[in-house]
Amino acid sequence: MFYREAGDFHTTYTSDSQTFPIKFDRYRYYVILVIAFLVVPFIINDYWANAILLPFLIYAIAAIGLNILTGYCGQVSLGTGGFMAVGAYACYKLMTAFPDVSMFIHVILAGAITAVVGVLFGLPSLRIKGFYLAVATLAAQFFLLWLFNKVPWFYNYSASGQINAPEREVFGILITGASAPAWATYLFCLIFCFASAIVARNLTRGTVGRKWMAIRDMDIAAEIIGVNPLRAKLSAFAVSSFFVGISGALFFSIYLGAVEVGEAFSIQKSFLVLFMVIVGGLGSIFGSFAGAAFLVLLPVALKVLGVDMLGWPTDIVAHFQLVIVGALIIFFLIVEPHGLAQLWRLAKEKLRLWPFPH
Amino acid sequence: MSDQFVFAMEVTLNGLMAGVLYALVALGFVLIYKASGIFNFAQGVMALFAAMTLVGIMNGQVPFSHLINATFGTDLHDFGWHLPALLAILLTVGVMVLLAWGVQRFVFSHLVGQEPIILFMATIGLAYFLEGLADLMWGSEIKTLNVCLFGESGCLPQGINETIDAVTYEWFGYGFFIDNLDITATIVAAVLVAALIAFSQYTKQGRALRAVADDHQAALSVGISLNFIWILVWSLAGFVALVAGIMWGAKSGVQFSLSLIALKALPVLMLGGFTSIPGAIVGGLIIGVGEKLFEFAIGAPFLGGATENWFAYVLALVFLVFRPQGLFGEKIIERV
Repeated sequence: MFYREAGDFHTTYTSDSQTFPIKFDRYRYYVILVIAFLVVPFIINDYWANAILLPFLIYAIAAIGLNILTGYCGQVSLGTGGFMAVGAYACYKLMTAFPDVSMFIHVILAGAITAVVGVLFGLPSLRIKGFYLAVATLAAQFFLLWLFNKVPWFYNYSASGQINAPEREVFGILITGASAPAWATYLFCLIFCFASAIVARNLTRGTVGRKWMAIRDMDIAAEIIGVNPLRAKLSAFAVSSFFVGISGALFFSIYLGAVEVGEAFSIQKSFLVLFMVIVGGLGSIFGSFAGAAFLVLLPVALKVLGVDMLGWPTDIVAHFQLVIVGALIIFFLIVEPHGLAQLWRLAKEKLRLWPFPH
Repeated sequence: MSDQFVFAMEVTLNGLMAGVLYALVALGFVLIYKASGIFNFAQGVMALFAAMTLVGIMNGQVPFSHLINATFGTDLHDFGWHLPALLAILLTVGVMVLLAWGVQRFVFSHLVGQEPIILFMATIGLAYFLEGLADLMWGSEIKTLNVCLFGESGCLPQGINETIDAVTYEWFGYGFFIDNLDITATIVAAVLVAALIAFSQYTKQGRALRAVADDHQAALSVGISLNFIWILVWSLAGFVALVAGIMWGAKSGVQFSLSLIALKALPVLMLGGFTSIPGAIVGGLIIGVGEKLFEFAIGAPFLGGATENWFAYVLALVFLVFRPQGLFGEKIIERV
């Protein structure tokens, strides 16, 4: 009844090609933004920030990044954990080397450094395709982790081999370290998440995005109609790694505060982000958010259900979590291979017609 | 003869042995990939699952005892018997066949005709599921696996091989350290490969399997049941996983890290090609020797060690840049 194009007249090309052409969609989007920016910071507490909101925002950025590479450009990557580690270590080195520079600049620079590394490891994608490439990206994962473990320069020669985020302020407000207020860390991540989503959304519906999708659908055909595979693939690797690097930097500096590279950025992380993209929906920015929310909330929900309500020991709940995550992924692939985003699309199609069946 | 050279020879020999074990895991991948086009990431977890099931059955553990105890407040642990290894292995094979049927029935029969990437994701989901299931069933603590086939004799041998030690000492003035278990694993792997090749060449089912690997639709049209073949292939892969699980489990205990051997097998596959059984073996040997020698010559002295984690991947990556279909893989022909 509310959700339809009728009566919403677009008189300019700009308004016709905007992200949310339907009025209801647009207002819903504004309402979410207002809640996220103006309501949540006032009611947030430490538990909500650390257990749900921060990981959600940070993983959403990583999922957007991987979605650009895998969902839009069709290059499967299992090196996300390694690239997040690059972002984290780049951010750490920058934070300790230039204490007076704003964290915004550090995080963006960390993303840029990761983009360079990503392009480097993306080079084989010009020769290697499909599964061979997926396995090849594991080289990045293992090599990068080994590098950060073995070269003391990366962790400033600290005895434990860990990196710890020093306390840094933005506009006079503490955002890293244990005593940073929840609302500040939340807002900092939210700004990056919001910006990433907008940039990714507009990249993917522009020329670059169309080239990526052409490569994904069939790279030889794309090459014949004039898409340069070198530039398309490497730009996808660069943009994707940029976002993944930002998320790694935030993951380390804002969320965890202290990182041991083998634990925080192991191959499990690569799989987790890949699952988010799959469950959310390949080739959809909304899907990245949905997938991140789903896989961040699932363990929390299971823990509440298993430990707090049924009183099981935590290790059983952890095992159940594996079983359920695995089963859910298979379930999603069988029932809806295009993920939550496709369900959302179907729901919207139905809504446009509601209350009439046709 | 210089010491360095002798050491390098020992390292090479050990690398070959390790390579055989990698090849053993890679073999399971190749079997499934050839017959169904599924890149089975769960192979390593299947090895873990098989080894844990074997230990559990041998020790007469009650499946899910931890969970049952937590839910009903009972105190169950084991049935109080010890099964002979041979019987336990047969039972475990039964479990793996059941698993193969379940995988085919509940997962892949619903995913026929999907893109390969979707199938790959499904196997990652399967890997998570199996890992959680194995932990729930048998508990996640580290178990020792000691398989003795005929009563007290015929156990898997462990420790240094005295004969080789003595002979090489006579030749080079330095005794090589070669684990008996690795030698056994090499023999078992050789027998297994020979048996697989004989099976696929000389039996009816084996021929049907190769037909399916060549062309699904043509195989269907001459009356081969795809469903049966796929269950058969998953059972075979389960059996290979069991063998790999026994070997690796006897070497380093049955624990979570066993499932990570899948990650060791991936570069082997890249090198050898996803579709070639000889490729898996040759690739395994190259990777085994390559990473041990690299660690010995460059990794440990100059790079701070632990290069084995990534060297195999980088080697495979560099190799693939020059030969994208692997050593023995079918030539990739792309058309619009």
